[in-house]
Amino acid sequence: MTHAIEVNNLVKTYSDGTQALKGIDLTVEADQIFALLGPNGAGKSTLIGIISSLVNSTSGTVKVFGKDLHKDRKAVKSMIGLVPQEFNFNTFETPFDIVRNQAGFYGIPVKEANRRTEKYLKQLQLWDKKDSISRGLSGGMKRRLMIARAMVNEPRLLILDEPTAGVDIEIRRSMWLFLEDIAATGTTIILTTHYLEEAEQLCKNIAIIDHGEIVKNTTIKELIKTLDIETFIFDLDQKPDSVLLNQLHAKAKDEASIELSLAKSECLNSVFKQLDDAGYRVISMRNKANRLEELFVAMTGDKNLPTREQNHG
Amino acid sequence: MVNTTYVGIKTLMRKEIHRILRIWTQTLLPPAITMTLYFIIFGNLIGSRIGEMDGFDYMSFIVPGLVMMAVITSSYGNMVSSFFGAKFSKHIEELLISPMPNWAILVGYVGGCLFRGLAVGIIVTGVSLFFTDIQIHNIWIVISTVVLTSVVFSLAGFVNAAFATKFDDIAIIPTFILTPLTYLGGVFYSISLLPEFWQGVSKINPVLYMVNTFRYGFLGVSDINIFVAYGLIISFVVILGFFSWLILHKGWGLRS
Repeated sequence: MTHAIEVNNLVKTYSDGTQALKGIDLTVEADQIFALLGPNGAGKSTLIGIISSLVNSTSGTVKVFGKDLHKDRKAVKSMIGLVPQEFNFNTFETPFDIVRNQAGFYGIPVKEANRRTEKYLKQLQLWDKKDSISRGLSGGMKRRLMIARAMVNEPRLLILDEPTAGVDIEIRRSMWLFLEDIAATGTTIILTTHYLEEAEQLCKNIAIIDHGEIVKNTTIKELIKTLDIETFIFDLDQKPDSVLLNQLHAKAKDEASIELSLAKSECLNSVFKQLDDAGYRVISMRNKANRLEELFVAMTGDKNLPTREQNHG
Repeated sequence: MVNTTYVGIKTLMRKEIHRILRIWTQTLLPPAITMTLYFIIFGNLIGSRIGEMDGFDYMSFIVPGLVMMAVITSSYGNMVSSFFGAKFSKHIEELLISPMPNWAILVGYVGGCLFRGLAVGIIVTGVSLFFTDIQIHNIWIVISTVVLTSVVFSLAGFVNAAFATKFDDIAIIPTFILTPLTYLGGVFYSISLLPEFWQGVSKINPVLYMVNTFRYGFLGVSDINIFVAYGLIISFVVILGFFSWLILHKGWGLRS
């Protein structure tokens, strides 16, 4: 089976001596949405830059659908669509011109380029803005414009570098649906994101990159299995006293809520029984935040997170 | 079967031409105004007192030089502003990720500059008709010289823009190198008026060869051998063309 991406021993050292990638190996199967996670400066954008020919690698090989990037760059480029992290279009041009010109750069004749431009601007709800100067578009619209532009060559591999950064929840969810639809047509999607919920929602497989190295490359299911602690929040009918908090090893969340972490092997029944015995009624219960986030923190280490001391200078 | 590279070049040239026409008040109008002032001041007011130059009245003598000066400035300026602008706002990445070959990217940008250079050349020539009659000695020399010169300065602008990291970098070369070379390149005078030493110095200025060959196309007179001039201009096209291609190939100033 041909992989969408095969990266072998890829090294990137910038001219200032910064080693952004330290000989990484990565394989991404075709026909899926794959997440690449990592803190800022981990090497995600460098990796994406090399695959999309915006960054020169120092050594190592990259293959896209079996084609070697260095030996057959034109063929590789033809198969890729890129949505970068920063806005990189001419803000004095209209969305229609931006998307249609990109089609032209990929060798798509003008009639077909016009058809595809209309198709993707409509799909990304930008058709009514097609003749506006793109500088005046909102942040979310600009991001969708870059997705339309990346789709216009109908790539086999779509790479998105934090595609939903700075967009509101409604647009983010509509973009997820769009990406799922695109993936369903057989396009392989690689996305980097800081929204771990996004990775969990969309992706089957995931790689975590940190300090220029792949620290984990597995399925999201397998990754979550490795979590042995879960955190719950219980909303109670009254303010918990310190006796209860000590008894459950919980901490007060707010006026009438407690937060407690349990090993997966522990049964929740005992918690309910203790609350019942102490005279508390549970109004509601929920899982705390994002499970993947806890894993991410565990894998990339506390070093990437600001401490209270750092925050206070 | 559509040639995808041809479509890419056509798209890039159309985009560039669209940009030039969209901002025509910055790209096409200023040379017309500047050159009108040159024609009035140097041609009419001062020129009438200068008398003949190489057997032609001064106005007829300076028209080819002024047209060439406008072409050189516009071709160079178009490339540095367009390419550095694309680099600065990162939309050059649209081209760098595309399958367009590097030479095709170069051809597309140079095509845009050529359009502006020729458009400005035609406008300035048109303006000159209000001041003097124009004779043409050899139309093919006129066309080939203006096209090759526009290409040379487009490519030179490309090299400048590729290595520029800030806007100052694209202003320094036109101000401190291009303008002196153009003004001392025989636009306003025949180098035969200069002492022998300064004639020799003038001959290391490439603009002199371009202006004189162009003038030869109009008037049939030149300070230099036009075959040498063609050889030099074509050498510049080849050397700068190869170096520009190498910049794109290696990603100097473009890819980290």
